[in-house]
Amino acid sequence: MSARTRTTLFLISAAGLAAIFAWGLRDVPPMGDYRGPYGYVLTQVAVYERHATDTVNAINYDYRGFDTLGEEFILFASVLGVLLLFRPAGQKKEDAGKKRVQLEDALPVSDTLRVGMQAMAATMIVFGLYIALHGQLTPGGGFQGGVILATVPLVVYLSGNVKTFEAIVSNPLTTLAECGGAGGYAIIGVLALLAGAHFLTNFVPLGKTGDVFSSGTIAIISVTVGVEVAGGFLVLMQSYLREIIEERLQEER
Amino acid sequence: MMLNYLAYAVAAWVFLWGLYGIVTSKNLVHQVVCLAIVQTSTYVLLLAIGYKAGGTAPIFADIPVGTVVVDPLVQALMLTDVVVEGTVMALLLSMVVKANEVAGTVDPEELRILMG
Repeated sequence: MSARTRTTLFLISAAGLAAIFAWGLRDVPPMGDYRGPYGYVLTQVAVYERHATDTVNAINYDYRGFDTLGEEFILFASVLGVLLLFRPAGQKKEDAGKKRVQLEDALPVSDTLRVGMQAMAATMIVFGLYIALHGQLTPGGGFQGGVILATVPLVVYLSGNVKTFEAIVSNPLTTLAECGGAGGYAIIGVLALLAGAHFLTNFVPLGKTGDVFSSGTIAIISVTVGVEVAGGFLVLMQSYLREIIEERLQEER
Repeated sequence: MMLNYLAYAVAAWVFLWGLYGIVTSKNLVHQVVCLAIVQTSTYVLLLAIGYKAGGTAPIFADIPVGTVVVDPLVQALMLTDVVVEGTVMALLLSMVVKANEVAGTVDPEELRILMG
């Protein structure tokens, strides 16, 4: 099929799709007039039932915790897929010393950038931890905090400190965080079974609404998610980094 | 009246442009980004559906329970997806890298032969 035929075919089907979409919208209430019962009920009961003031996270890690567990494993599977595709193909040990020099050469950095980025890295660690730990109270939680923490090594890289970047992303702890975070979520669910409740039931004492140590398993799961997301993104960086190094080494040969 | 459906139209618009990009793409990296754009349209749709007139964020840290808030359910749905999308993109891009290694090109037009 030529590019022109394909585009024509697409334009026809897109027009059809748009028409069907518009037709499907006939019975959808106009924006701002949503009357779905579930969201409304949850905003009414979540604070009392789960002592969590952030309803979105109460849904994510408790009411629909099973869904999020599935999402977690999509994340886990994609990271695993990248690792599998980028698995080292019989790389020699002597190459390891070479790569450090090559990466450092590639990065000339101005003083402003170096100082600014290093100051920013420290702030971002604190901010990421804060976001990950306060998910049950205010907007945030494990997903967001984990992503913020995972960007810290990139900021370090931008500051020209390639050695530290490498040390962070090649640390075996990143893999452990990735697996431990995903496993931890499932284990918390199983612990609920052992406590005599259903899978992923919130069986931990709920604490006082508004405290950091409140909302039972919501806060704990949020932290495990944060660990997994941060670990997952670091593993991704590590695999891409290894791939770049391998490619450069091949170019040199 | 039309304005009330504007967000839905935007979602469809973004979705179709993303699809157009996928269909006409000349570069696999560009194609992956287009797929991300298609996915983004679902965020617009979900948030538009959950919006309640005059509603605020469903966070009761500093507002009393019972205040008019937007629907938290659709927000929870899209929140997880934002992060998952990032890793799925990483997986797709790693496939692009491998395709380039095997076939020596990132133009989907030239990637006709399936190699086992």
